[in-house]
Amino acid sequence: MWQYTFKRLLLTIPTLFGAALLVFFLLRLIPGDICMVRLGGTGALVDPAQIEQCRVELGLDKPVILQFFAWIGGFFVFDLGTSMWTGRPISEEIGLRFALSLQIAVMATIISILIAIPLGTISAVKQDTWIDYVVRVISIGGIAIPSFWLGIVIILGLLIVTQNWFGEPWMPPINYRPIWEDPAHNLAQTIWPALAIGYRYAAVATRMTRSTLLEVLREDYVRTARAKGLVEHLIINRHALRNALLPVITIIGIEFAFLMGGLVVTEQVFNLNGIGKLLVQSVSQNDYTMTQALVMLVVIVFVLSNFVVDLAYAWLDPRIRYR
Amino acid sequence: MTRFRKTLMGTALAGAAALLAQVAGAEEPQRGGTLHFVVPDEPPSFDGHRETTFAAVHPIAPFYSLLVRVNPDNPSSTTDFVCDLCTEMAKPEDGGKRYTFQIREGVEFHDGTPLTAHDIVATFQKIIDPPEGVGSARKQYFEMVESVSAPDDKTVVFQLKYASGAFMPALANPFNYVYSKAKLDEDPHWYEKNILGTGPFKFTDRQAGASMSGERYENYHFEGRPYLDGWQATFAPKQSVRVQAIRGDRAAIEFRGFPPKSRDDLKEALGDQITVQESDWNCLLIVTPNQKRKPMDDARVRKALTLAIDRWGGSEYLSEIAIVKTVGGIAFPGHPLAATKEELQEMAGYWPDIERSRAEAKRLLEEAGYAGGLDIVMNNREIDQPYKIVGTWLIDQWRQVGIRATQEVRPTGPFYDQLRTKKEWDVSLEFNCQTIVNPLLDVSKYISEDKSGSQYGGYIDRELDEMFEEMNRAPEEEKQREIMRAYEKRILDEQVHSMITLWWYRIVPHRSYVKGWKISPSHYINQDLSNVWLDKSLM
Repeated sequence: MWQYTFKRLLLTIPTLFGAALLVFFLLRLIPGDICMVRLGGTGALVDPAQIEQCRVELGLDKPVILQFFAWIGGFFVFDLGTSMWTGRPISEEIGLRFALSLQIAVMATIISILIAIPLGTISAVKQDTWIDYVVRVISIGGIAIPSFWLGIVIILGLLIVTQNWFGEPWMPPINYRPIWEDPAHNLAQTIWPALAIGYRYAAVATRMTRSTLLEVLREDYVRTARAKGLVEHLIINRHALRNALLPVITIIGIEFAFLMGGLVVTEQVFNLNGIGKLLVQSVSQNDYTMTQALVMLVVIVFVLSNFVVDLAYAWLDPRIRYR
Repeated sequence: MTRFRKTLMGTALAGAAALLAQVAGAEEPQRGGTLHFVVPDEPPSFDGHRETTFAAVHPIAPFYSLLVRVNPDNPSSTTDFVCDLCTEMAKPEDGGKRYTFQIREGVEFHDGTPLTAHDIVATFQKIIDPPEGVGSARKQYFEMVESVSAPDDKTVVFQLKYASGAFMPALANPFNYVYSKAKLDEDPHWYEKNILGTGPFKFTDRQAGASMSGERYENYHFEGRPYLDGWQATFAPKQSVRVQAIRGDRAAIEFRGFPPKSRDDLKEALGDQITVQESDWNCLLIVTPNQKRKPMDDARVRKALTLAIDRWGGSEYLSEIAIVKTVGGIAFPGHPLAATKEELQEMAGYWPDIERSRAEAKRLLEEAGYAGGLDIVMNNREIDQPYKIVGTWLIDQWRQVGIRATQEVRPTGPFYDQLRTKKEWDVSLEFNCQTIVNPLLDVSKYISEDKSGSQYGGYIDRELDEMFEEMNRAPEEEKQREIMRAYEKRILDEQVHSMITLWWYRIVPHRSYVKGWKISPSHYINQDLSNVWLDKSLM
């Protein structure tokens, strides 16, 4: 097991290097210039000398290959550099946003697990009954409805309902406070996006739980357990569900990693100052250093979550042994 | 007079007096409270001297003072400048080539150090002649300045190379934050990441990408102000969030402006709790023909394009859906140097009879060899308000004279790359958005490519350059106006180097409890919040 863990960790190095190479050079293919966007973006008078000076200041006048090695060298000693747009250290710019994105991802994952596993199980156990049909409608709805749209509906719904009931419209806070500083404010802001995202996330996991559980329930060992006279809830919980969860765990792992950088629109709808919003801003501002750092961050989260999922397999199914 | 009448009159008078007192009382500024507002963007750095975005004004201007500013009690005026850090407006000396300002006594920076004339000099030297490696976005605005000096601690002298009507508006630019000489001497980049001014509010907090806030500066040089205890600016790039934030009272105002639909939605939802302020806006969308490409090198084709556009009609219906409204020439409508409606109607593209105008456009196209129609490519920016809306409108206008335009919409970076470098377009939409209304400088965009930093049509027109020089050196407004008309006619009618579409229209719906803030023609000016107060009876 330790040997496997070590090998997997070693494999992350070429993965990260490949991702770094791709993101660095692909970004340079996007037309545009951060200095022009910054100085000429308002259409005001621009001094071409100022634009040139800005390029020199940001090191954009140097050969691309030198820029690459300067960046990658810093990356491997955990120095992400400074944002070309704000001039501030990237770690400082990402810090607060990472905490928020992580919190939303964890909350959405918990919500989705709390919804998906019971609903998926009930749906499989009560296959082709009205309960199954209701669960299937709910889960298909979750897959079909985009999270950002649900987010817009939630905000408008809150505004309209509170105005009608209490006379004053209420909407979730639009500025972030860490949960340890002001839990009420924090939850009032984060619970709604977590619900909107968690619902879609749960819908995928519910369908996966249902279909894998249905397969497992038809296995010989389940039939044997029933023949032995074991009570149904023990058969489901102890024998069937545990084995059925392997693909569900994979889905949850991938979705979790996706949530760390892929909530671009939902973050904007709720004005969440997260990683996704920052990624969009930095791409539109041609902020190379920030975009590179963010993409690498998302890659690391994906690599790590896949790794954790693999380890979880061994825990869930003792027959799996890694070498 | 009967007793009843006397009683009635007495009651009426008492009622009227009470009402007057109430009204007067309601408008008496109240101290206290925190103003929450939303800003569509985050400032790249804190240094106003190097930035050009309004995001470096709305959450930063409250920390700073200016030497001269637009009158906060009359910000809609384009020519009313008053002192901020000076004691009285300088009179032109030496034939308009020297201005001497006396600096207020007792002004202190937020760290307690006193402000002197040397701080003002250091500030303007950084703007006009920045040290090596330091950016200044408005260096070109001060072409006329020869030197800035401080003969003593309380006097600042600007010596100009030539008298220019553009000097005072340039001086009042809202980005000209007055910095501490000591800090600039320590590190000319210090103000990019730090804040230290003499403005009405002290910096308290910044959350990267989320918000900035300030608290009242008790030693502010205007006694009794500011009224607010503090403010918090929340960055919200999405327009719908900003609108809903005002509706849900998470923010009281957004100072840039909303489209008409958002104004109507807020009014419908909140009625009297929303107050709307509107103004012409010193921003405009321009169609620039690429004169380095055929057929845009032919003035007849360019003229046909402008003749096809029904600006008067467009003003009426586009203003219902977009942030554009006013028909104007190259100078801000309403400014003394701007064309009147009658003067405009004499120029191509502004004729009152659109049918006649389009018939002439077709004739010109036929004469230029495009009787069967013409296909062109239009470069546009991927922003709805008002770029894509106006772009789509233009396609329909040109279609009516046989010009088939393909709109290529790009995000900001690639859009500017096309506009400035690649130039694979026949016409491009671009915008010109200025701070202080200063037509003499604002129209510098149209001079020859090798002289202007922001002319993308690719033409050289020396006659135009001479007019521009002459206009800027003419001391009398009457003479300036006369040259401006000729300059404008050459750009918009004779050569059609550019086509003005419509000027923007600023709509700011805000919570009615926000008082003391007055709209101006620019979203950059009058933003230090020193006059703003909250009416607690309406909260």
